[in-house]
This record gives sequence, C-alpha cells and structure tokens, in this order.
Amino acid sequence: MVEHGDIRVVHRGGSKINFRDPVITHDSRFLLCASGEAVKVFSTSTEECIHELRGHTGLVTGVLLRPSNHLQVYSSSLDGTVRLWDFTDGILIKTCVIGYPIYSFYASAKHENVIFIVTSMPSEKRAERFQLVAVHLPQSGDQLVEARELSAVLSGVNPNPGAIAFGRGGEFIASVNDLQLEVYFFKKQKSYRFFLKEDNKKGGWNTFTCVACHPKDDCIATGHEDGKIRLWRNFNHKKEYTYSTLHWHHSAVSSLCFTPEGTNLLSGGVESVLVQWRYNQESERDFLPRLGAAITHITVSPDGSLFCTSHSDNKITIIQSCVKVSAVIQGLVKGDSIRADLMMDPRSKALVLNGKPGHLQFYSLQRDKLLYNLDIVQQEYIHESGLQQFEVVKAAFDASGSWLATVEERHQKAAELELNLKLWAFDEQTQSFVLNTTISAPHDAQITAMSFRQTADSQTTLLVSTSKDGHFKAWQLAAPAHTEDEGPSWLCDFVGAYHGLVPECCSFSADGSLLAVAFQEVVTVWSPATWELLTTLSQPPGAVSDLCFGRLSCSKYLLGTTASNLLCCWNLLTCSLEWSTSMDVRRLLVDPLSENMAAFCYQSGSTDLFVFKPSEPRPLFSHKAVCSGKVTQAVFAPREEMLESCEESSQWLNRSQLYFLTQQMDLMTFTTKAEEDRVLASSKQLVIDDSVAMTPFYLLLGKHRQQQQEHRDSDSSLWAERTALPQTSASIKELLQTPAHVLPSTSYLCSMFVQSLLISVSDAREEKAHAEEEMESEKEEEDSEEEMESSRSKPELVAAATESDAPALTKAQARELRRVRKLDHSWLAGLLDS
Amino acid sequence: MASFKPTKIQVYPKLGEKVTQDTLYWKNYKAPVQIKEFGAVTSIDFSPVTPHNFAVTAFTRIHIYGPFSQEPVKSFTRFKDTAYCGRFRSDGQLLVAGCEDSVVRLFDVSGKVALRLFKGHTKAVHLTDFTSDRYQILTGSDDYTCRLWDIPNATELTTYREHTDYIRCGVTSKLNRDLFITGSYDHTVKLFDARVEKSVITMDHGQPVESVLLYPSEGLLVSAGGRHVKVWDLLKGGQPLVSLKNHHKTVTSLALSSNGQRLLSASLDRHVKVYSTTNYKVVHNFDYAASILSLALAPDDESIVVGMTNSILSIKHRKNQEDSKEIAGQQRRRPSYRVFVKGKNYVPKQDDYLVSKPVKQHLAKYDKQLRRFNVSKALDTALETWIRFRKPEITVAVIKELDRRGTLQNALAGRNEQGLSQLLNFLIRNLVDARFTPVLVTAAEMILDIYQSVIGQSPVVDRQLLRLQDLVEKEIDYQKDLLEVLGMLDTMFASSLPRKEVPCSGIGKSNGLTQGEPSTSKPQLQVT
Repeated sequence: MVEHGDIRVVHRGGSKINFRDPVITHDSRFLLCASGEAVKVFSTSTEECIHELRGHTGLVTGVLLRPSNHLQVYSSSLDGTVRLWDFTDGILIKTCVIGYPIYSFYASAKHENVIFIVTSMPSEKRAERFQLVAVHLPQSGDQLVEARELSAVLSGVNPNPGAIAFGRGGEFIASVNDLQLEVYFFKKQKSYRFFLKEDNKKGGWNTFTCVACHPKDDCIATGHEDGKIRLWRNFNHKKEYTYSTLHWHHSAVSSLCFTPEGTNLLSGGVESVLVQWRYNQESERDFLPRLGAAITHITVSPDGSLFCTSHSDNKITIIQSCVKVSAVIQGLVKGDSIRADLMMDPRSKALVLNGKPGHLQFYSLQRDKLLYNLDIVQQEYIHESGLQQFEVVKAAFDASGSWLATVEERHQKAAELELNLKLWAFDEQTQSFVLNTTISAPHDAQITAMSFRQTADSQTTLLVSTSKDGHFKAWQLAAPAHTEDEGPSWLCDFVGAYHGLVPECCSFSADGSLLAVAFQEVVTVWSPATWELLTTLSQPPGAVSDLCFGRLSCSKYLLGTTASNLLCCWNLLTCSLEWSTSMDVRRLLVDPLSENMAAFCYQSGSTDLFVFKPSEPRPLFSHKAVCSGKVTQAVFAPREEMLESCEESSQWLNRSQLYFLTQQMDLMTFTTKAEEDRVLASSKQLVIDDSVAMTPFYLLLGKHRQQQQEHRDSDSSLWAERTALPQTSASIKELLQTPAHVLPSTSYLCSMFVQSLLISVSDAREEKAHAEEEMESEKEEEDSEEEMESSRSKPELVAAATESDAPALTKAQARELRRVRKLDHSWLAGLLDS
Repeated sequence: MASFKPTKIQVYPKLGEKVTQDTLYWKNYKAPVQIKEFGAVTSIDFSPVTPHNFAVTAFTRIHIYGPFSQEPVKSFTRFKDTAYCGRFRSDGQLLVAGCEDSVVRLFDVSGKVALRLFKGHTKAVHLTDFTSDRYQILTGSDDYTCRLWDIPNATELTTYREHTDYIRCGVTSKLNRDLFITGSYDHTVKLFDARVEKSVITMDHGQPVESVLLYPSEGLLVSAGGRHVKVWDLLKGGQPLVSLKNHHKTVTSLALSSNGQRLLSASLDRHVKVYSTTNYKVVHNFDYAASILSLALAPDDESIVVGMTNSILSIKHRKNQEDSKEIAGQQRRRPSYRVFVKGKNYVPKQDDYLVSKPVKQHLAKYDKQLRRFNVSKALDTALETWIRFRKPEITVAVIKELDRRGTLQNALAGRNEQGLSQLLNFLIRNLVDARFTPVLVTAAEMILDIYQSVIGQSPVVDRQLLRLQDLVEKEIDYQKDLLEVLGMLDTMFASSLPRKEVPCSGIGKSNGLTQGEPSTSKPQLQVT
C-alpha cells in the first residue's frame, strides 16, 4: 500500500471552548477562551469569532489578561511556552519558553512581570504531583525569550485552575487540594494550612473542589464535593480561624467567583443554576436557573457588568448582571457517546449528530459553527447524576431533507424500555423541523436501524424501521384525514418478519425500488411497492452487520459486511455473490454523489480506510492507520464546490468529503494538499476589522474598500483626476446607514449597488453609464417582476464591456475584479425574489 | 436561559367514531323529552302546516302534540280497538286513522267526533293516507286489499286485490293524485295507478315490507322490511338501486331529512341510522332504550320524534344556536374585559419606541409544583377530583414524569388514609386501561412496597387493596383468553396464506417461506 502524501487526515473543528475559564476584556467587548491549540477571541455582542490566536503547539491551558496592559493577553500551553498576544489585532508579541508543560497559570497586579505556573513535580513516584512555581519573565525586546528565574512557591497543589486563587490583589495565595486549604502570604513568606475532616459518613465529601478570594476583604470561599460553600475568615491565625457554611447546591460546587466589588459571590455546579449570594447577607440568593448544562467555570468581567459561565456541553453563556442571558457561544457539543449516526442535513449541508442530551445538533462544517440544536425529547432535563434520561438513538433524513425521523429511548431499571419514534417535517416558514407525528412504542424492543425510501421524484413517504423484536415495519405518510384541521400523519403500512430472526440493518436502493433487510446471516430483498419477498441472499457464517446498495453505475450491487470479517458484494441481477474479501469492516459508507464506497477496517489497534468502487477489484484509495481505535461513525459530506483534482488517488474527494469520528470523539476529515493551500491563502486575505461580524455583506464591502486602497496606491494620478466616485459611496452609505424600512424597494437599489461595485474606466463613460442607469432604474420601478432578471444581467454585461475596453487595468486589479465577480451573489438574488 | 418545559400530556387516539359534519349536526339536539303513552307507539305524523303539530298513534288513542308542548293539545279517543296510522291531510285540517276493528275514521283536527266512517274492510286497517287531490283516501288492510275512498260521499271507489298478504304500509304520491304505493307482507311493493285496474310496477323486496318512503322528487322509492332497506328507481321501472343492511333486527320505519340529503331508518334493534343519500353510507347513529316502531322528523329537522315498543315517545329538539351565542356574548361583555383592553387599541406613532412585554409562560398547577421540585404536591394537584375523573391522562402523565425524575417513590410515600384511598381509587379505575397500564403498574408496585406495613390498619384501604387484587386477577385471565384467540387467529391466517417458494441464492442453506403478515395490531398513534 502506498501512502499518499497529498491526502492527509486533519482535525476538523469543534474543539473544546469550555476547557478553561474564559476571560472578558476590560471594555467587555471581547471574550477570550482557550480552544484546543489556539485562543479564540469572540465578540460578546455578536457571538462571532473575530480572531484565532494560533501559535501554540500544545493544548492551551490558560488565558490571562496582562495585569499591566489590558490590551494584551498571556496564554500558556502544554508545550511549555507562555505567549503574549495583542488580541485586538491578533498579533503574537512575545514567546517565553519555560520548558515545562504548564497545567495552569496565574498572575496578579502586585507581582509585575511574574507569573505563577503549575507544573508537574519531578518525582519518581507514579502518582503525579504538581507544584506552583513563580516565573520571572525577562524584560527584553526579543520575540523569543527564555525564562530562567524560577522559584517554587507551593508544592502539592491541584492542577485544576479553580483550585488556586490570589487574595486581596495578590497579598496572599490560597490553594486547595483534597481536604487541605493552604494560604501563603507573600509578605510574611509564611503559609497556613487548614484541614477538614472526612467526617461525613459517606467519606470524602468534604473534599475541596474550588476556591475564590474576596477582592477586598480577608475572606476565602471554598466549594466542596457535597455542595457546601465555606467562607473562611481569620485565616492568618493558626488556631482562631473561623468559617461559615452556605448550602444550596445538592452536588459538587464546580466554580466560585466573587464580583469585582466583592458584593456578590457566584457559584455553579451540576444543577446548571447560577446562584448569586449577597456577601454578608448570605440568606439572600438570586438564581438563574436552566442554563442548559452543568456549569464548569464562572468569570466576571472587570467592570462587573457581564458574567460568563462555561458549560459542560461546550457552551459559553454571557449573562448581563445575573438576570438575562445576552449571548450564547456554542461549540460542537461532544457527548459521551454518539448513538445516532453522523448524518448530513440535505438542506443546510450541516453535520447532524447527538448533542446535548435529548437534542440533535446541526453543525456547519464550512463555518465551524453550531447552527442550532433541535430539541427531540422535549422534556425538562433533570440535572442529576445516575438518572436514566431519554436519549436520541437513531435519526434519519430523507433525500430532500423535508422529513426527519428520530428514535428516542430510555432504559428503565430492568425490563422496561420506553421508545418513541418521532417524525419531523421541515417547515419552510420557520426554517426548522416541526414535530409531525409521535409514535409511542413503535416496536416492542430496541430499534436497530431506520431508513427512508429515496425516490427520484423526492416524494419520500416511506420509512422502514427494524427492531430487535424480530419485525421490521414500514411507515407511510397517510393522506390527510377527512377532518380538515389535521395535516397528513404517519401510519404503519406493513409489518414484516423472516423466520423470527432479528433484523439488524436495512437499506433502500438508490431508486427506492428495492429494500434489503438483513436478518442475522440472511439478507432479504423486498419490493416496497407490493411488499413481496423477492429473494434472499446469505453468506454464512456471521450475521450481516452493515448493508449498502451501490449507486449510479454500480446500482446492481449490494454490499454487506458480516460479523465474521467478510465484505461481500452480491450482484442483484444474478442473485449471486460477485466477490467477497476478508476484512474487519466496522463501517461501510456509500458516497451519495458518486459510486465510491468507503470501508473503515479495524486492524490491530488502528483503523484503515479503503475507498473502492464495487465494480472494480482494486481500491481507489487506501490509508493505513487513519487513527487509533475503532471508527464506527463516518459520513460523506457533499462539497459546496467541486474540486478540480486530476490525481487518481484523490479524485474520490472531488465531490464530497469524508468525515469520521474517532473513539475519542474527535471529528476528523481528509483533505488534499491543494485544498489546504487554498484555504490557507483565503484565510490570509481576510484581514478583518475588529468586532465586525463576517457576513457576506462585510466581505463584499471589505473587498471594495481594499480595492479602492489599491487604486489609490497604484495610480494616484488617475485617482487625483477622478472625483472620488460620489454616487458610489453615496449609494453604499444609503444602503447601509438608512434604516431598512425607509429604503426604497430593493429592485431599485440593486442596480445602483451592483453598479457601484464595478470599476469605472473613465469619467465620460461613467457619467453616461450613470445616466443610463438612472433611466433604467426609473423604468424598473414600473417594471414587473419578470423583467427583473434581465435588468440584473445588464450590469454584468456592462462589466464585461468595461473589462475588455480597459487595458489600463493591472493584473492585480483584474484578479481582484474576477474574485469579486466570482463571489456568491446568490443572496442578492434571494433578496430580489423576496 | 431556557424556559421550563411543561410535562408532556400524551394525546391518546380517540376511540369510537370520528367527528364529522354529520355527527356535529345530529349531535346538536337537546336531551330528549320522554312521554309515556298508553301503548306501543305505532305511528307518528307531522302536520304539513305550521305550527307543525304531530299526531301520535298509540293503543286506542291518537294524541296531537304541539311543537314544544309536552302535553297533548288534542286527543282522539273514540276508537273501539287499537288505532293505526293517524295521518294528516296536506292542509293539516283532516286526520285519518285505521283501526283494528276494520273501520277507517276521518276526523276534523279541531273536532272530536269522527266526521266520516269508512266501512268495507273485513280486517284491521294498518294503512291510511290522503291522495294529493285531498278528496280521496287510500287504505290498506289485513284482508289483503287496498281501497280508495271518496271523502264527501264516504263511498268506496276502487278495490285492489293484488297482494297476497297483509298490507302494512303505503304512501301516496304528492305530485300525482292517481299514484300510490303499498307494501305488503307478501314481500312485494306495488305501485298502483287509480286510472287503471292493475298495479303498474311490482318490486320484490324479499322480506315482509314494513315501511315505504318516496323521495320528494318521487323518482326513488325506499322500502324497509326485514333487516334490509332497499332503494328503487321508479323511473327505470322499479329497478333496485341499493340494498342496505345496517341493522340487525327488522327495520320498522323510514324518514327523510328536510333537505332530502339524509335518510333515516329506525329498527327493532333500538338504533336509528342516518345515511347519506349520495353514497348510502351510514354517517350517524342514534341509540334508544327500546325497540323503535315509528320515527318522524319535523320540518327543518327541528325535532326527531321516535315511538318505541315500551310505549315511550321520545322527542329531541334541536338546540337553539342563538342561545349558545348569547351566552358567549354575555361572557365577553363583562366589565373587566373593558378594563383589560384599555390602551390596547393605542396606535404607536412613528417615532415611538415599542417596548414589548415579556411573554409570561403559562404553566399548569402541577407543572408549577414540578418546577419547584415539590413532587408530592405535584402529584396531589394531579390527583384533584376533576382531573382524576375527567382527564386521567394528565394524572398518568404526571406520574410518568415523576417516575422519569426518579422521585415517584417520594411522591407516593407519606400519605394518610384519605390520600392513599384516593390513590388506590384512581388505580382501580385506570389500571386496566391499556393506555395507562405500563405507567400505573409501576406506581401500583411502589405503593404496595411503601404501604405494606400499614395493611390491616384501615378497613377502607384494605377493601380497596382487595378490589385491586381482584381486578388484576380478572385482567390476567382476560389477557390469557385474548392470547388464546390470537393464537387461533394466527393458525387460521397461516393456513389461509398461499405457500410460495422464494428463489434463493445458490449458496447457503435452503431458505424458507415468506412470513409477510399483515399488521394485526396497529400501534398507538398520536398526532401532534
């Protein structure tokens, strides 16, 4: 097997943003958080990611604002470096090499140019111990410096960043670990230790989980496993310390935070309720319930106006002074298990997978952004450990994306199983799925597979579900009942069985004329039109675990994988085995846009990928050890634009892209070198104004501005002669600054707008065109909708003319122009149509 | 911050008939007025003129009731024996009736004594009617003859002796004074023309004919006899059009709704069925307490009058639509509404900044308790009398939700005698309901576990527990029986399905038969 150098497995998006507590900048405009190997800068108002600060080669373990300059930020990483960034421009200022992996780090205003890092202690013992080390950052102008002045402060600390806090602006540092609270005073260079007993009957419940220090008072708040919060005072004495206890949480307190003025204490835990305690009046509490998932970190902006909580479902919520959620930054939710397979939403081309408990998440692969969560279970989620919850276990889209079928199940105690099959219709108006039919207990046992029939006329009205109760059922969209108020709903059309065997999987052929259902080692082929059993195929021993029909030119083939490590290909015309090969295929996939198939095989601890055509004996592409562990979920995602790759080995990536989930729940994909280069190039071009969201509108205008800039630079003489295109800027200004409801109709504005984007060659032409334009637009106002098309094409014609008549254009300008024209203006068409 | 998601109340499929326009129309009657007559009510006839009084023939009397009175406005009692078939003339002034003593009597509706007596029949006269020219009377008798009489002279005009058995029903044409139809126990329906000596058309019904009815157009004829209702096309010479068999006892009476779109048939099986006259499907069904002998519909379907063998006359009046509207109008006109609506019709000016009011989420009582995790209280609210009896699905949904939260045990525990007996009552009522069984069995088991220590302390609870045990045992027996029946059905289906060989691939062992069986039990469907 040849390793193809140009195709590479890359990590695709969806890295954790809740790994470390986020940081809000002084002006409350930006939010910084560690995300994988980068630091992401989000706008707190628009929720858009503005910069990604890339440079670390290891996991970023902490983000801190530089105490002496609030426009700069430190980040630490497991790669042993601390980097200083300018987050407004996204520039790396300084890299400081420390040389040890940093697990968390701290800084305070009192200790200038000193940061405190937590690193592992060199020890022979197996159990890793950590220590807090003060690092003096060398003052030099160099980009890359090495820190050598290291001095240990505390040993035996918890690497969790919530376990250490500075008190009173850096006078002392409090650290908690297990059952011990240690307070170190920098002035006295003395530390006090306080121990708690494991006095609870159940033991270990008094364990500290987090610590926070009051910014002004001598008060330390600690959170505990059993949900209690203790407020420690008088801790600069060995014996006379006191503490008071607050108790509201029913399970471990995961984060504590004081507001900057010290008037309130915030706490959060598994209950996903943000609790605000009044300092000194602890009986008074405010709650912000139902934040969606367990709270992992709480931070407050330096001016105290914004709170921000990170949640276990990879979400950051921005809260305005404990009353209103103002923004939600949601990353790809990574559940413990993806029980429903990876899918593509045919409409939005989004990746669909399990997200929050009881939800399906729609994740845009192009934009690396979570589009929305669809609530499948529609029940109040009880945040309590050990509770059996409803889980979405199966989901299927029909070919046109207008129907979604989901199965949710809940295992209760021993025997009882609650099953619901739900069918969701896509609502054009709300652009989301609306529940159409709920079928409670569709089968007696777990549903093993589900498949929509895909017909050419995209009128899918048949769904087949197979279950462990030995039946498969066909569900059909029934015509509206004779009462008018009800729409169509789904009814059971047929129940099939084969010798009482358990059906494991089912698949429809591409044209929807055949249904294959695998009953253990027998594959039965049915005709969905008459529900007749046409033929049976089998290849014992070993139950069939996956079935796929070939597509396009290979549609006569049916492929199946068996538990006895065989990949079989049957020819449906002759009803006989075409070929079979011995492979431990864990996942068999068919590309919906070509006849290619992909098989993930598990072999000695790692997974190999084979891409092949059923009709050809040689695989198109093979990749050894794409990742360690088994791959059980993968999907082909159609590309937005086709790649023009001529190399044989990468041709299968032209139309669609292959995504898969590893055992560690990382989303991976395959890219070609050419594609990577292109992405890199495009990302360099986009120099983005801060805090302005990236919208198509912005891209258009940003380009335009750039273009003008270039003009100015290249031929300033020409520029001087011209009168700065008054009508152009005016039209854009008009479009952007006037409220939308007082603007004239879009049809009127469109031609003006498009005209303004074109490069005019000479003044005379300009004026003439302008005059024409005005006449045209006047005409257009009276014109009907149909003539809109023609008028829209006219400016393009004009554009073509200008291009051919303009030898004065430089190459760069021409390229720029081409790019502008290539840009997707379809949204404009959409505007016109509406 | 997501809002609280309320408890999902399962919507169970409604058993029984679907709500259609017809059900709405025919359900829109008040509770029936019941009047006790002296004997079985054999005939009801509405006067063609307002105020549409109706004559009820029962035993030896004919009572005339006004449209709303529950007392007879008039009664004719001068019969020697059982009276039959009291019918109004088209002007509503004369009434004719047959009698067991073979004499036909003609009454003035305002008078008391018979104006004319028509003697000539030798046996009981069950059929009397006026012809459309208003001067002749048609009679049919158990002596197998039907006769036409002249009213002014009280003389017999013609006698037809074609039937070979009792003549029990008949009708005269409203459009032609010479045409009339008789139905007889010799299974035939005959159309006579007074201008000729013989019957014109003979139709064989197949059973003794109990009632005949002409459509207003008089092109179609409906006959009832035995369990069948048959429709004949007279214009095609008496060709049978439809045969309806929807009753399981003899059909005794027929009626048409005022617009001619619906046909009603009444039967000894105590049902009145309503058919659509376009497709002759049953669109509605009324149940009565006893076998029905006679049925009549007031003009405009204002009331349905039914006479039964147990001598009860049942009158259903149509609900007045204005009544219900007025009630609704009164509710809307409450003064608080005006206060409530104050300022709502204020139109914001151009520069006004509209502050939208936060939408308050409305939660049911039990949801409010659930939101606060007050599990016992939530169960208490769900067990309130009204919900428990009227909407058991709500109680069951709350129990299910508590179970899902893992707090059902806590919610069920700690109840006193009254609370426990309330719970047990609910279980006894609903445990065997197939829709609720899965949820309630869990709850019942928990209750037994929790309260096993207090058994024997309260006679009320003990009695209920015994009842519950009884119920469960009965249900188990019943389920066993059902499974047996299911097994029998399966054998029958299996033997009736044709055996078919399925082509199978050469490799592997021989594969057997198809087991594509039709869905015997449809799953519960719920449309949201």
